[in-house]
Amino acid sequence: MKFGVIVFPGSNCDLDAYYLIRDILREPVEYIHYNEESIKQCDVIILPGGFTYGDYLRSGAIARFSPIMSAVTDFAGRGGAILGICNGFQVLTESGLLPGALYRNNHLQFRCEQVFVRVENNSLPFTRSASLGKVLEMPVAHGDGSYYAPPELLYVMEKNNQIVFRYTDADGNVTPAANPNGSIENIAGVCNSRGNVIGMMPHPERAGEKLLGSRHGLIIFKSIISYFQNREVV
Amino acid sequence: MAESKLWRELGLTDREFELIVEQMGRKPNDVELNMYSVMWSEHCCYKHSLSSLKLFPTAGERVIQGPGENAGVVDIGDGWCAVFKIESHNHPSAVEPYQGAATGIGGILRDIFTMGAQPVAFLNSLRFGDLTSVRNRYLFDGVVAGIGGYGNCVGIPTVGGEIYFEPCYGGNPLVNAMCVGIMPIDRLVLGKAGGVGNLVVLAGARTGRDGIHGVTFASEELSGQSEEKRPAVQVGDPFLGKLLMDATLEVIEKKLVSGVQDLGGAGLTCALTETASRAGTGVVVDLDQVPLREEGMHSFEILTSESQERMLLIVEPGKLKAVEEVFKRWELQLAVLGEVTDSKMVVARHHGVTVAEVPAASVSGGSPVYNPESREPEYYRRLADFDPLILPAPGDYRKVLLKLLAAPDIASKEWVWRRYDYMVRTCTVQGPGGDAAVIRLRKTGKALAVSTDGNGRYTYLDPYRGGMMAVAEATRNVSCTGAEPIGITDCLNFGNPEKPEIYWQFRQAVEGMAEACRALEVPVVGGNVSFYNEVEGEAVYPTPVVGAVGLLKDLHKHCGISLRRKGDLLLLLGPEVLSLGGSQYLKTCCGKVAGGLPEIDLETEKNVQLLLRRLIDEELISSAHDLSDGGLAVALAESCISGSIGAEVKLKEKSNLLLDLFGEGPSRVLISLDEKNMERVRKLAGDFKIAVCEIGTAAGDTLIISCGGDIIIEVKVSAMSAAYKEVFSCIME
Amino acid sequence: MVLDPQGAAVKNSLKALGYEDVSQVRVGKYIELTIEAPGREDASARVDEMSRRLLSNPVIEDFSYTLEEAGV
Repeated sequence: MKFGVIVFPGSNCDLDAYYLIRDILREPVEYIHYNEESIKQCDVIILPGGFTYGDYLRSGAIARFSPIMSAVTDFAGRGGAILGICNGFQVLTESGLLPGALYRNNHLQFRCEQVFVRVENNSLPFTRSASLGKVLEMPVAHGDGSYYAPPELLYVMEKNNQIVFRYTDADGNVTPAANPNGSIENIAGVCNSRGNVIGMMPHPERAGEKLLGSRHGLIIFKSIISYFQNREVV
Repeated sequence: MAESKLWRELGLTDREFELIVEQMGRKPNDVELNMYSVMWSEHCCYKHSLSSLKLFPTAGERVIQGPGENAGVVDIGDGWCAVFKIESHNHPSAVEPYQGAATGIGGILRDIFTMGAQPVAFLNSLRFGDLTSVRNRYLFDGVVAGIGGYGNCVGIPTVGGEIYFEPCYGGNPLVNAMCVGIMPIDRLVLGKAGGVGNLVVLAGARTGRDGIHGVTFASEELSGQSEEKRPAVQVGDPFLGKLLMDATLEVIEKKLVSGVQDLGGAGLTCALTETASRAGTGVVVDLDQVPLREEGMHSFEILTSESQERMLLIVEPGKLKAVEEVFKRWELQLAVLGEVTDSKMVVARHHGVTVAEVPAASVSGGSPVYNPESREPEYYRRLADFDPLILPAPGDYRKVLLKLLAAPDIASKEWVWRRYDYMVRTCTVQGPGGDAAVIRLRKTGKALAVSTDGNGRYTYLDPYRGGMMAVAEATRNVSCTGAEPIGITDCLNFGNPEKPEIYWQFRQAVEGMAEACRALEVPVVGGNVSFYNEVEGEAVYPTPVVGAVGLLKDLHKHCGISLRRKGDLLLLLGPEVLSLGGSQYLKTCCGKVAGGLPEIDLETEKNVQLLLRRLIDEELISSAHDLSDGGLAVALAESCISGSIGAEVKLKEKSNLLLDLFGEGPSRVLISLDEKNMERVRKLAGDFKIAVCEIGTAAGDTLIISCGGDIIIEVKVSAMSAAYKEVFSCIME
Repeated sequence: MVLDPQGAAVKNSLKALGYEDVSQVRVGKYIELTIEAPGREDASARVDEMSRRLLSNPVIEDFSYTLEEAGV
């Protein structure tokens, strides 16, 4: 299997994802430039964090029109595995590949800190190695991370099990204090109805080494690797 | 037309004008005069400071490039070097805090990647007035937002800094930004316009009227009219800054350019004259080729605009296409302005006529160097004579400690740094909140430790000793992580140097810093002088800020300030030379800035740092924390809070409790260690002739300080933590 | 109505400054476009489309626009 990391103008966590996959997970990985038209036979696509187009207009709004996004949209339609992290999540909601929207943090400030998220759905390619309710420690670093979906949409998403992560305290309790940005229902990550596209505000690629504070982010990447290993065996 | 004496309006003296005429061999036209005026401003030519800056030791076996280039370059082994510099953006931030700070970050970032280095960390040093004022809160909030706004967007982590609040900075905050980069040594590119016939190429943003005469603005005192100078403040575009950085680094890596210079203060004029003057060449450029953002710009406006996010590249004609291809990948345009000549003149044409023809070395480097008059200020001896020990001792030391922990100078700055992305690039091994930040160097197993330090109160009370202390503390902070300080950059923030009392402060501080640098064997490889930090004639405290960079040979051995294990012994390293003069206690609890500073012995300072690095290298200690503001009590509290562990500490009997707990003195470090290492630590301390005092144990969840059986302070770590961490959200929200 | 944390913050600041009479604040974006179109209806249709595709996000934003003839 091979990972592809999309590089938009203004992406800045592209190299963090790249290094983690190459040096820690030791899996094949390559960058895909926003102006390219194909995802180059990659099996997993990562839309990294950053400030695509300076977050001008709205976070992720301009990047969704990059040439590479039609290939990404086709890939999603074929059931391809796509992970959007932070700004990548914003690009995915803006492009309609994920439901809802990400809004300015309720306190209006950029926020960089370690948070805890609870795994709400472990049946996905990206979460299958985690136990349900597992609490993961990872950093967030964003200004526009307040997840919002209108009530009727939220109802459907809950029913379809599309809420993947919620912000909690260290013990896994969903509390207002554990919510770093005012996200509705403490939502930190969601997936599409098919479950192949997921987006999350926390940065699993920054939680891959003890030296940097946590290794909990690895489970996301190990899940998708094991998903492909099992599939290949089948 | 009668002689308009335009030069006076542009901030030049009659004598300077005569000198220009002499050097040019004729009278300059208005465009040329504008070019001279920006380049001969204090901000660009250091005419009042150069004679003092020569005191700094700038050489060393690791130094690859000292002051005079865009940034200093120091060898860090394995074929790699560190590139770093600190710079002020005080005046722009005083009138428009967000953009002033943001463009300060953008400017220092360009200084680093211009040399070919990949930026890896930002730090800063900030000063504001008292936060009881709405205006000061606005400035503070705006500056923090601007630093984050630019730094977060370009994806370089902001890993450290310091912030102090004093009434003297009210109208004139200090915003000093530092950037550190790394690169293979052979990639180093200098800002030289070499190679006759090479193309002079402008990359990046279009040129507008923003920031015209920004450097002149930075070289004047602020006044009530400064708000009206808003047009002089530039607007930053971090998105473009990031693209420009990536593209520039790529063309340097591919060896497609022979010289690179960023456009900062004094814009195109500075970039053209400096690059030509450094190479001993000339350039001829056509201003019609400069992409403009506004119509009808005058030649002098194009030449002096400080529009942000622009780079000047010197390119061999045959490589232009390859350079263009790299920039096109990021949708960036290039404009070929002209070429390098052997005339030693900078020639600018506009609308088909020559509008300026100036000798490069005269505009950049021909300015006079002054030796301003110096006079000891009246306050100096008066304040030094004040004896803090005549003040009544406080009744409740616990209250004093909690009050100090909640003082904005000391309190946790988490409210600030959680607004900065301090982890992007996944190299931040130790982020903000400790003595120094630690950034790993991928693959080599090494790391850089970086810190910024300065103490305006100290330097005000005793500029000479304060200058020494700034160097000592910055390098000590780096040593506290286990890293060896290998170079410093400095930002010297002072008032108007044409006032003898201000120049005295400046000279004394530089002498003190230079002496400390020599004694500690750490070279100054670059920096910046910011004069005229005055409002309505009132100067800020003389505030030299030191940015220190250290090399940690084994990053896994890095040491932090947190207590790590209950049962660990607590030791105090260093001399017992303490004073309440200029202390945080005196300021916060008595409302006084007065008294003599403690003495500093540079030999001891050097040894305590050597000892620390040895202890960390031998993995003998669990934590190390430099004693600074608030003395021993605050250092203990911070190590407890950071490690969520309490401590039981016994002070010597018959001690002066106030002095022991809150007195401040240099060369002192609190360490914790496993008891089994005690003997070895004592032995090494003896070898380095450093005093060791065992003061207690890490234990429980409470800090208990006693003396002769009496408990003096007993406070839960959670209570200290609340006092320490909630201050800024209370004040600011 | 879509959520608007900036509006809420501005309202609080206005209150703190003594403007008690402000009951609602909405903060949005103001975008100026100069477009060439044969007539108002065409222009209107174009702007409507742009607003839906890029300029606004319907999940969290509403939009409205006015047309003005630019001086030729």
